[in-house]
Amino acid sequence: MITLVAVSGLGILCLILEIINLRKILVPVTLLGLVAILGATATEFYLNEPFIEIDNYNMVETSRFSQAFSILFILLTALIIGMSSKFYEDKMTKIADYVSLKIFMLAGAIAMVSFGNFAMFFIGIEVLSICGYVLAASEPKNLKSNEAGMKYFIMGAFASSFILFGLALLYGATGSFDVETIKQILAVRGESLPVWANLGFVMVLVGLLFKASVVPFHFWAPDVYEGSPTLVTTIMSTLIKVAAISALFKFLTIMSVLVTPTVQLGLIVFSIITMLVANITALRQSNLKRMMAYSGISHTGFMMMGLLSFNESANSTLYYAAAYSFAAIAGFAVIMAVCQDKGNENISNIFGLARRHPALAGIMACAMVSLGGIPVFAGFFAKMFVFSQMFEARQIILVMFGIVSSIIAIFYYFGTTNVMFTKENPEDISFKASKRYTTVAFIAISLNILIGVCPFIIMDLQL
Amino acid sequence: MDIAIILIILLAGTFVTFFSGDKYASRVALSFSILTAAYSLFLLLQYHTTGAEYSIQWVASPNLNFSLKLDGLSLLMILLNSILLPVIILTTLPHKVPFEKLLYSLVMFMSFAMTGVFLSSDALLYYVFWEASLIPIYFIIVMWGNGDKSKRRQAAMTFFIYTFAGSLFMMAAIIYMYSKTGSFQLMDFYNADLNTTEQIWVFLGFFFAFAIKIPIFPFHSWQANVYQRAPLIGTLLLGALMSKMGLYSVIRWQLPIAPYALHKFQGIILVLCIIGVIYGAIIALRQSNLKRFFAYASLSHVGFIAAGTYALTFDGLLGAVILILAHGFGIVGLFLSAEIIHRRMNTTQIPEMGGIKGVAPKFTIAFLLMVLASIAIPLSFNFTGEFTIMYGLYQVNIWYVIFIGTSMFLGAFFMLRMYQQVMLGEWTFKGAFKDLTLNEGFIFIILIAVVLFFGIYSKPIVEIVTPALQEILVYINR
Repeated sequence: MITLVAVSGLGILCLILEIINLRKILVPVTLLGLVAILGATATEFYLNEPFIEIDNYNMVETSRFSQAFSILFILLTALIIGMSSKFYEDKMTKIADYVSLKIFMLAGAIAMVSFGNFAMFFIGIEVLSICGYVLAASEPKNLKSNEAGMKYFIMGAFASSFILFGLALLYGATGSFDVETIKQILAVRGESLPVWANLGFVMVLVGLLFKASVVPFHFWAPDVYEGSPTLVTTIMSTLIKVAAISALFKFLTIMSVLVTPTVQLGLIVFSIITMLVANITALRQSNLKRMMAYSGISHTGFMMMGLLSFNESANSTLYYAAAYSFAAIAGFAVIMAVCQDKGNENISNIFGLARRHPALAGIMACAMVSLGGIPVFAGFFAKMFVFSQMFEARQIILVMFGIVSSIIAIFYYFGTTNVMFTKENPEDISFKASKRYTTVAFIAISLNILIGVCPFIIMDLQL
Repeated sequence: MDIAIILIILLAGTFVTFFSGDKYASRVALSFSILTAAYSLFLLLQYHTTGAEYSIQWVASPNLNFSLKLDGLSLLMILLNSILLPVIILTTLPHKVPFEKLLYSLVMFMSFAMTGVFLSSDALLYYVFWEASLIPIYFIIVMWGNGDKSKRRQAAMTFFIYTFAGSLFMMAAIIYMYSKTGSFQLMDFYNADLNTTEQIWVFLGFFFAFAIKIPIFPFHSWQANVYQRAPLIGTLLLGALMSKMGLYSVIRWQLPIAPYALHKFQGIILVLCIIGVIYGAIIALRQSNLKRFFAYASLSHVGFIAAGTYALTFDGLLGAVILILAHGFGIVGLFLSAEIIHRRMNTTQIPEMGGIKGVAPKFTIAFLLMVLASIAIPLSFNFTGEFTIMYGLYQVNIWYVIFIGTSMFLGAFFMLRMYQQVMLGEWTFKGAFKDLTLNEGFIFIILIAVVLFFGIYSKPIVEIVTPALQEILVYINR
């Protein structure tokens, strides 16, 4: 509860700082605010009792699960906002809008995991998505960015309407939006509910899969990711994706009665084709952002495995989300640092990076290795935890496909790593990377290695 | 605790080497590797037949532990690793290479990971070390390899994909074992109660990983390219240590877990090993590139060792362990000789060489001794190993011995023919050929001393390793 209130307040504070003309201190103040909120949430999490409980309508439900994911979301947002003062260097006049939109996005994401009422759930999704549409189109003079914003808006609105209609059907079947009431009704007469309960459930599911860009609902993703400004792509492929997956997770936990074998089969099939299609498509990308987009989609497929045994896999889903997001942020930070003045994100930009800027090349290599799932980095443990969960759930075929797609993924992750060390880029010899990107990339990859060496930080939590 | 110290030394070595800068990196790495060697000798002195264990909890759920175990087998592997490490660093020490600090810290890290593989008794920890050893060698090949960049990249990539794919199957097998037993501990794996189908799948999962790493025919196609493209230091790490990691893992992790599947597949695998032995020898005969020649020769030899491990008799295993050590030292000598010739004559083509005998007598003798050791003439370390393996195979079926015996003959033929072409004949090369430097001479003296000493007196090795092998045999024959 306090997290959500504080984050929303921080967003408004950003706008006020703009009004009183304090743009210069905007980013530091926001970061400080985020750190303070992070501290408060973490304290709440470890003390195991909420600071404020004045929620008569049970709109927000503060659980261990929601707090743990909120902590991850805040960390991701802080890392991304840490880069924004550099990224928006030449657009300082509008920086308050960009930053506050990101903070509101965070508020939406937190609402998506801590809802106690489906109205709140939908508000969370909408706040997150609308900020996303605006940010995708936030380079008005760039044709691609406009296209991305438009595509994202149309597709996203479509998905939102699915979710909304599904929620309406669920309301029709159960007579309530309240999560606790719905849980009770489902537990008492789960099987005998009218058919539109199942229909509504599936519609919400599809809408959420859409937001998480699961194949075959992923067609918007690569174009939108490529067209949007890189910083926005970063937030989309980390925060939005992880928020959608965690919301899906919570939604399935609530609706566990309606998760029939057919739905499970559907999830298995989607997970398999997501991993395979995304990884195979990623092989042929020459644009780094597109490659990262497809890589993100394939990781969604892995994260979906956690949804199949949602009673036990909260920890491993959180772990996977954290491992993936930290590596992806590190990768994107390097891409931004290298491509900031180029105007494109072609892979040729990182040719010979090892010679020009060894530190960035090292971080990029670590990020790729982690995404590929090699030990010591968190990406390996993430995969290993979901795989072991799947073995316990007797989904051996799913694990086999997971292994095959991990092998395919190695081609492009190591292809990217390879060119940094072996190819030459004749164009630019001198190259200076912004310290800010380097720092953020370094922090992100250190967090990744930290949870890789000490998986118990996340795996031993009581969620 | 005292066995974890060796890992700490190597990890510290990695970081200190990296931060000491390009100028001192090689010497820092060398000192840390000597420290490791000294410490492993100290472990040897302290060693009692019971061995030592160390374990702390890592993650509660899933149940991961940081468990290390030292018995006779892992002690020998650690000695091999830590004694060869300074030797391997010495081979490259006098030459200037770009990014020195990175190269030597990767070498140290790789040694750290391999030591971890030899020590860990928790399957997941083992897997982490196993995979971690892959990253440094990949970068060593890509960044410091020989020849054309795109070919080098291709070789490294093929190698990586091959081994990574194999490892993932092993990971599936390990996780499956975990879901069966609820623990990653080695002893729980040994005692796991698997039905026949499960045994076959688990066995195959492990087999792919190890067969690719060793490599056993027909999983060897990455090997020759990588050995040829990798820099000397990388080839030595791969050939002398990394392939031994696979062989060690067969004995430690694969054989005792699935005895039913093991006996079921024994025949097929032995045939594959023997095909590999003969195939490697025949292909080696047709190579004109000296490094590829040694790569195929090495394929033939590791096939021999693998045949020993899969003989499943005490003598087979014992011979395999002896030959693992012998081959580790031998291959360093062979590839170092190839590198010496390459550096001085600027060619790797065998037909362009010849007559080195007349200009470099010391090198001629050293090279001859290494060649003779590798064809296992009596009184060499390799002979003890090969002979014991053949005795072990004889207990299984005499035909295996007959076929693998041909390879000893073939091996002698192709090695001596190569030696004749490279060293004897007329000196036609324009330019000087410097005889062994002090550094190279020192390396050869160490190698020759080890190979000869244990060839004559291999009793200490047998004594150290016997209890460990007997314990494993109990599980194989249960």
